[in-house]
Amino acid sequence: MPELFGTDFTPPDIRGKVTGAAKYAEDFRMDGLLHCRLLTSPMPHARVLNIDLTEALGMAGVVDVLTANEVPEQPGAATNILTNEPHFVGEPILAVAAIDETTAQNAIEAIKLDLEPLPFCVDPLESLRPGGPNAYLEGNTVVPREGVQELKWSEEDFEEAQEGQLPMGVPGAEWSYGDLEAGFSEAVLSLDETFVTASHSHHSMEPRTALAYWENGKCHVRGSTQSQSFVVPGLARYIGIEPENVVYVAEYCGGGFGSKGSAYPIMAIPAHMSKKTGRPVLMRVSRAEEYFLGSARPGFQGRIKMGFREDGRISAIDLYIVQESGSNGGGGDMGAAASAVSIVYTPLAMRYRGLSVLTNTPPRGAQRGPGQNQIAMAVEPLLDKAAHQLGLDLVAIRRINAPTNDSRYGANRQPVTSAHLRDALDMGAEQFDWKERRARSGQRNGSKVRATAVGQAFHSAGSNGFDGLVRITPDGILHIHSGVGNLGTYSYASTARVAADVLKYDWDNCHIVRGNSSLGLPWNLGQFGSNTSFTMTRTNYVAAMDALAKLKDIASIEFGGTAEDFDVSGEVVYSKSNPSRRMSYAQAAQKAIELRGRYSGHVVPDDINPMTARAVSSLVDTGLIGVARDNMGQRGMVPALAVGFIEIELDTETGKIEIIDYLGVADCGTVTHPQGLATQIKGGAVMGFGMALTERHLYDDVWGLPGSIGLYQAKPPSYLDVPSEMSWAAVDIADPENPVGSKGIGEPVMGCSAAALLCAISEALEGHYFNRTPVVIDMIVNAYSGQPQSHTPLQVNTQ
Amino acid sequence: MTVSGAVYFGPVLPRPNPLSAQGVERLITLNVNGQTRRVDVLPGETLAMTLRYKLGLTGTKLGCDRAECGACTVLIGDVNHYSCTILTHRIKDLEVTTVEGLEGPSGELHPVQQAFIDELSPQCGFCTPGQVMSAVALLKSNPKPTRDEARIALAGNLCRCGAYDHYLNGVMRAAEETANA
Repeated sequence: MPELFGTDFTPPDIRGKVTGAAKYAEDFRMDGLLHCRLLTSPMPHARVLNIDLTEALGMAGVVDVLTANEVPEQPGAATNILTNEPHFVGEPILAVAAIDETTAQNAIEAIKLDLEPLPFCVDPLESLRPGGPNAYLEGNTVVPREGVQELKWSEEDFEEAQEGQLPMGVPGAEWSYGDLEAGFSEAVLSLDETFVTASHSHHSMEPRTALAYWENGKCHVRGSTQSQSFVVPGLARYIGIEPENVVYVAEYCGGGFGSKGSAYPIMAIPAHMSKKTGRPVLMRVSRAEEYFLGSARPGFQGRIKMGFREDGRISAIDLYIVQESGSNGGGGDMGAAASAVSIVYTPLAMRYRGLSVLTNTPPRGAQRGPGQNQIAMAVEPLLDKAAHQLGLDLVAIRRINAPTNDSRYGANRQPVTSAHLRDALDMGAEQFDWKERRARSGQRNGSKVRATAVGQAFHSAGSNGFDGLVRITPDGILHIHSGVGNLGTYSYASTARVAADVLKYDWDNCHIVRGNSSLGLPWNLGQFGSNTSFTMTRTNYVAAMDALAKLKDIASIEFGGTAEDFDVSGEVVYSKSNPSRRMSYAQAAQKAIELRGRYSGHVVPDDINPMTARAVSSLVDTGLIGVARDNMGQRGMVPALAVGFIEIELDTETGKIEIIDYLGVADCGTVTHPQGLATQIKGGAVMGFGMALTERHLYDDVWGLPGSIGLYQAKPPSYLDVPSEMSWAAVDIADPENPVGSKGIGEPVMGCSAAALLCAISEALEGHYFNRTPVVIDMIVNAYSGQPQSHTPLQVNTQ
Repeated sequence: MTVSGAVYFGPVLPRPNPLSAQGVERLITLNVNGQTRRVDVLPGETLAMTLRYKLGLTGTKLGCDRAECGACTVLIGDVNHYSCTILTHRIKDLEVTTVEGLEGPSGELHPVQQAFIDELSPQCGFCTPGQVMSAVALLKSNPKPTRDEARIALAGNLCRCGAYDHYLNGVMRAAEETANA
């Protein structure tokens, strides 16, 4: 039985956070350091005709300039490091290096830039109209393996849609299962709704920063990323060198939420500038620039038709999503949204169609619950609408459609490893006094209405095939080498405790090696996609099992017999039949060095990743090496499921919402780290409240200029926008595909809170469905007073 | 930057002159974390920049550099301020405390720092130094705050991870443990 796993502990990196000793990318200094600033596009789409650097290069303290012609060209839309054809306001055109940041910025101001404005687009549907503007000269959508292509819908496609309905022309992606027609035929209730979910920024508190220098043919980079090892191959590609020639340091990351999961193009600018100048270079990105370069969640213009049987069971769903993908083609949100619908509601038949459209707005990427959280906000209030029309309880309609361990997922009807959404609903309903609170939902106190609701969300949460690496040194210390990264969830540490449990180690004798690729870090998946709890427990488990087997081997070599004759306890390996035959882990580690071969890293398994093999080679003869690839297999997709219960008070005169109480319930397998889970459930809820109520991109459709490039404009929640206390719970049922029962949870805990809040607003307004997020105060006041909204049904970039 | 397509944005505005050092004494004495520091400060330099780039005190974070997020919060006297929007020249006769100045001589943590660890308050940790400093300022002026008073006192410190609940747990724990000490 695990002793450490599943218990609270003090993560080793937390002291540095409260004392200021933690080093984020911008906290490093070097002798001769140059500071780099970016000249970014002031236009949404333009061509650079000429750049006059004369005055800038003549300024005292200016060292050099780096242009797009000097950096490797990148494949794909808007993955440029620097460009001569910017596709969004804020796209970097060139970089200036100077002795300090002020000088670099003054030089930027002295540059004369000759730009030719080009056509642009900030609304996907406008781009799909016949003759509509394209974001790229080549077209308006990214076709896999073919690049940017033009796709237009016909006039008939637009005319066929009724007022306020999403037109549905040729899709870019499509799948279905079951008999859709039969599903709708047997439905006693069909709902057909068009919806818009706004794009919105990640606005991580740490604007992305990078420092680089070259030494002995290697490029050393300090970066701001959620992930560690996973970043290296992409970063090497952007720099134009082999991964083994990158030394990457990312000990801390000041928030990423998906936007710093992998390498990103501008990370390479200091590396290129450093190579050109021969000096270390630091590039600090400003808050405003972070809104251009920091990624954003793709918005949806969608339409969903849902058929319900009398008991509330969903017989059919037909979903169409037009995804606003910014200047890079976005991510896989729309497909992920459809797959989420297939598992959260398990419709008997389903069709999905989607189309990703380029716009001249910042590149899009994964944001916490990419796709799954947008669709939760659109669909969950519709479930309530159906429940009211069918006379069902809001929890009951979710229970009857909830997945079980036998449910199937997505287009390929993939099995799932475990799904306990019903248990989460039941647990939450009991802890939240659901019946009692529902009884008072709708009660008025002057202009204020109380409302209670529930919301659900999902994310796939685990992977396999990555490597684990542990090392016992002759001082007896267990070094757990982690290449996953440090997003701030502490899961890099909680999952490391599995290795300690396998080897029956005292946690005080364990050390997590991380944050610097030169320390010998294995190939691990990035810290994103709610995968760490599942994926890293497995890699740490297989590495520790390898170390355990080697400990027993070494003991059998020392004392005779076979490995099976030995066991471990108290950091000692001993003979089961004669416990006096024993050696400490420290002695075994020394013996491993003497034995060489696979015991101390001279020989490694054939199937480990080359990055892991290089890590081991750097650790040869430093102790007993446990290293293995996670070959345990995985039957099915790992579903992370979450439910949020909420009670609000809505002021119908002002539109103000006060969240009275919130409970988040997680189906995350065995709880890995209770305190860490609590912070994820509550922190995710806060992000969800912001997504539901305030956060959105705003681009002017006349000039293509941004209107939300400050925290005060993009409006992430503050202390005063959310409850000061929230509650959490976990189903805590082990996932059978993980050696310690764990699976992830970080993303759906955001979607379920957003969905719950939106459902509560609808409840307070007697079932009004807004067809759009965020639901801002004006919309609430307008809806309550029967006034028309200030936006058209499918409009994007609304206030 | 001058852009040829200026008609796109309206009339071209004159470029601001780079800051000049004329008329201002640049080498000044600061009192930071109880130490006297001589430092060369440009006329328009903010305290955050001086702390981070001149004095090596990188615990003070720059999240926005325009008084929106609170990551750069320090104490001037006993009051919390955003160091990104205070000119260093304005505080040369005042005592400045940064997050690095809270630890005791033997490395013992301030009660707020220890409580934040105990409550697992930080997530990514980037806003944490600012949260710590605002909490320390609160407890100096109000040693026994209510949770709602703490919430209001820390409202100028944004946390994108949404760790507000656990930061408030930390403030309340620190207040309680200080009172019981």
